[in-house]
Amino acid sequence: MSRTPSRSNRRTNLLAINEKIIEFFIRACGWSSIFLVIAIFCFVFWYAAPLLPKIDWFGHDGFFTSTNWHAKEREGATYGILAMLVGNFAVAAVAMVIAIPLGLAAAVYISEFAGPRAKEWFKVAIEILAAIPSIVWGFIAITMIGPILIKYAGATMGTNLLNGGIVLGLMSVPLIVSLAEDSLRAVPDNYREAAMALGANRWEIVYRVLFPAARSGLLAACMLGVGRAIGETMAVLLATGNKNQIPHALTDPMTTLTATIAAEMGDAEAGSPHSQALFTIGLLLLVITCAINLTANLIIRGNKRKIAAS
Amino acid sequence: MHPTHLEFRNLTVRYGPKKALDDISFSVPKHSVIGIVGPANSGKSTLLKTINRTLEFIDIARTEGEVLVDSVNVKEIDNVYSLRRRIGMVFPLPVGLPMSIYDNVAYAPRRMGIHDKKHLDELVETCLRDSVLWDEVKDRLDLLGTKLSGGQQQRLTLARALSLEPEILCLDEFSIAIDPVTTMKIEEVLMRLKERMTIILVTNLTQQARRMADAVAFINASELIEWGPTGQLFTAPKKEITGRYLNGDFG
Amino acid sequence: MTEANPFSPSAHELSKESRARLAQFGTLTVSIFLLIPVALILGMIAYKAWPALSWAYLTGDVTRSGAAGGIWGPLMGTFYLTLLCLAIVAPIGVLAGIYINEYAPDNQLTRTIMVAVTSLAGVPSIVHALFGLGAFVAAMGMHKGLLAAAMTLSVMTLPVIITSTREALSSVPKNFREACWNLGASRWQTIRTIVLPNSFGGILTGVILVIARAAGETAPIMFMGAVMWLRIAPSGPERLAPYGLNDEFMAMSNHLNLISKDIPGMPEQMKFGSAFVLLALILFINGIASLVRLRLRRRKRW
Repeated sequence: MSRTPSRSNRRTNLLAINEKIIEFFIRACGWSSIFLVIAIFCFVFWYAAPLLPKIDWFGHDGFFTSTNWHAKEREGATYGILAMLVGNFAVAAVAMVIAIPLGLAAAVYISEFAGPRAKEWFKVAIEILAAIPSIVWGFIAITMIGPILIKYAGATMGTNLLNGGIVLGLMSVPLIVSLAEDSLRAVPDNYREAAMALGANRWEIVYRVLFPAARSGLLAACMLGVGRAIGETMAVLLATGNKNQIPHALTDPMTTLTATIAAEMGDAEAGSPHSQALFTIGLLLLVITCAINLTANLIIRGNKRKIAAS
Repeated sequence: MHPTHLEFRNLTVRYGPKKALDDISFSVPKHSVIGIVGPANSGKSTLLKTINRTLEFIDIARTEGEVLVDSVNVKEIDNVYSLRRRIGMVFPLPVGLPMSIYDNVAYAPRRMGIHDKKHLDELVETCLRDSVLWDEVKDRLDLLGTKLSGGQQQRLTLARALSLEPEILCLDEFSIAIDPVTTMKIEEVLMRLKERMTIILVTNLTQQARRMADAVAFINASELIEWGPTGQLFTAPKKEITGRYLNGDFG
Repeated sequence: MTEANPFSPSAHELSKESRARLAQFGTLTVSIFLLIPVALILGMIAYKAWPALSWAYLTGDVTRSGAAGGIWGPLMGTFYLTLLCLAIVAPIGVLAGIYINEYAPDNQLTRTIMVAVTSLAGVPSIVHALFGLGAFVAAMGMHKGLLAAAMTLSVMTLPVIITSTREALSSVPKNFREACWNLGASRWQTIRTIVLPNSFGGILTGVILVIARAAGETAPIMFMGAVMWLRIAPSGPERLAPYGLNDEFMAMSNHLNLISKDIPGMPEQMKFGSAFVLLALILFINGIASLVRLRLRRRKRW
């Protein structure tokens, strides 16, 4: 076996240089997500900025305190988003009322009670549910759920808070199921085994051991569900009727922050106060969803550390 | 008397605040077998990692002192990959790469640019013969390396290490996860390989060191307690603790 | 008096057992209760769409401002939009995943990157639309068209590729890498020859999921050039590539958005037809991703 030292050393020298160049590109791509998050904040802020000092935040026609949204006016425009803000949280609340019990029950059934075949089928069904795009949900809301609500729930308009809540709830179930499953599965096996050794049956294990142990994971799951629901756009745009008012009944049409932007951005002139107002709403949305997501992920990571340490 | 191949000078390695090696100094002549013995967690594996600079893959590791191969400080070698190719490594846990046996042994030469089929065929056969694996696998060279038994995978690792004709062959407790028969086969191989390369044998099995090594270095709790010719260390150690360890009183 | 069997259940245990069975039955019922309406909805869409589905429908042009005709234009738009998005996001996302899993040291900067990926994934789709408008159209002066829309979708789907790449890479055991490093292979050589080939399936799954996301999203493209109706060449090669990079375009998702509102004279089956085609497309793509994942699990090489 002969070795050619000079050739091999030249080759490995090239390798070393090559390696450095490649590592540079890879590192740049790795940092891309940081760049993009910062960029998103910066650009949304930038195109909202001219309006920000002029906005009345808490006054009579205040941003946070009034429902008078007349952003298109050239004179005397007001930017009250209270109705949209309430709308966002209201529809998210209705959605969670539907999604959390359904999602938790499904997660408990899949991970604790179901046999292997049933488990597979349910997981496929949940995956199909998760794959439906939000615009299709919006379509379903208008063409199918709306008429049902008019006929059986006494609604005057089919697109309302309840419709939005139903659709958003069904959309959120897969997320709740998968996160709840994860946190149930993360409970160490020896908790389960200890409970079984003490004579607990399956339900008692779930109720007395798993739920308390997975409590913070489940809380994080709900938070992430709310975060997603608040950020949802197309489905609520079509399902809630896009009416700028605070809903007082489930059958009232309403609007959300996301829907307002989607509905009005097409007409807003670039650089106009109207467009800046919409960017301001976008900024608010960004802050709210980031805060919720970061908190929820902190909880999840704190959990993982607790489990790793135990 | 052979010239010095490998030398450690005041080598200290820290993982964060903890010292893994403390002021290690000794030298290894060419074509000899040195046994590095000591109880678990004494720093022996870390010592091997400093030779081929794979310690650099551990973020929190810091080194002081020098490691010299052929009187050259390994840290001053620009091309770390050429250094690593001169040093063969065998680990405690056998590793078969997820490719055919042939590709396993041909891996390193191919990265070097050797693609000529005849050359590779010869290379693979020589290395597999050298590591006493050829007869068992010669008809199934396309079998996945991960499907071999532990003892076979360890010999495959040895074959991979030999594929670049290393000057220094390091073995880190190579026998702990394999059967005694394979261990014996590999020990015979090592005694033959001694003529072509310098062998660093890290082991916790003192009798293995006694069988195979020309010199022995005893490392305990990150310190080099004592080193010298095998016979001298086993029969008349200078430190009492050396005698107790080699006797099997602890570790 | 005969002695009771010491192993037979007491009254207390019997009631516990029945509660357990009730819980099992209860959660099963709720789960089915969840899925039945969904199955009904999907079935209804298929049923109502059936009369409209035909080869002419799929390959025909949108006519009468969207109220009639076929959906060839939107289908082409969705196809090219997805292709462009993939071409941009796949290289960057895979390399980013490689950086995070293979190169990044365990320090605060790396944790920040992870937080950034999660944050990016949580940004509402309408805010992505605002970002696209602000960064690409307003600041960079791009036209509201196919390329700008695809770039917006790329930003939105980047976390999906990064996460699935990371998962795929981390499933390759660490000792393979160490074995290669000790043979003198560089990090990149090791990645290229051992890690990537053995995580290819997982990465492919991520790519397919991106395709499904990009095809279904509406908000990011709504004011980035997606329009109701465009004239498309009735025949010839332009029929297969109707839009230039800077041109406005039609897309299935936006098409469905626009026809969900009341359009006079549009037969119901056409509305359901569009919904059905988009839904079937997305579910089909997701199905392929699941198949890839399944085949992966079976072909373990270690």
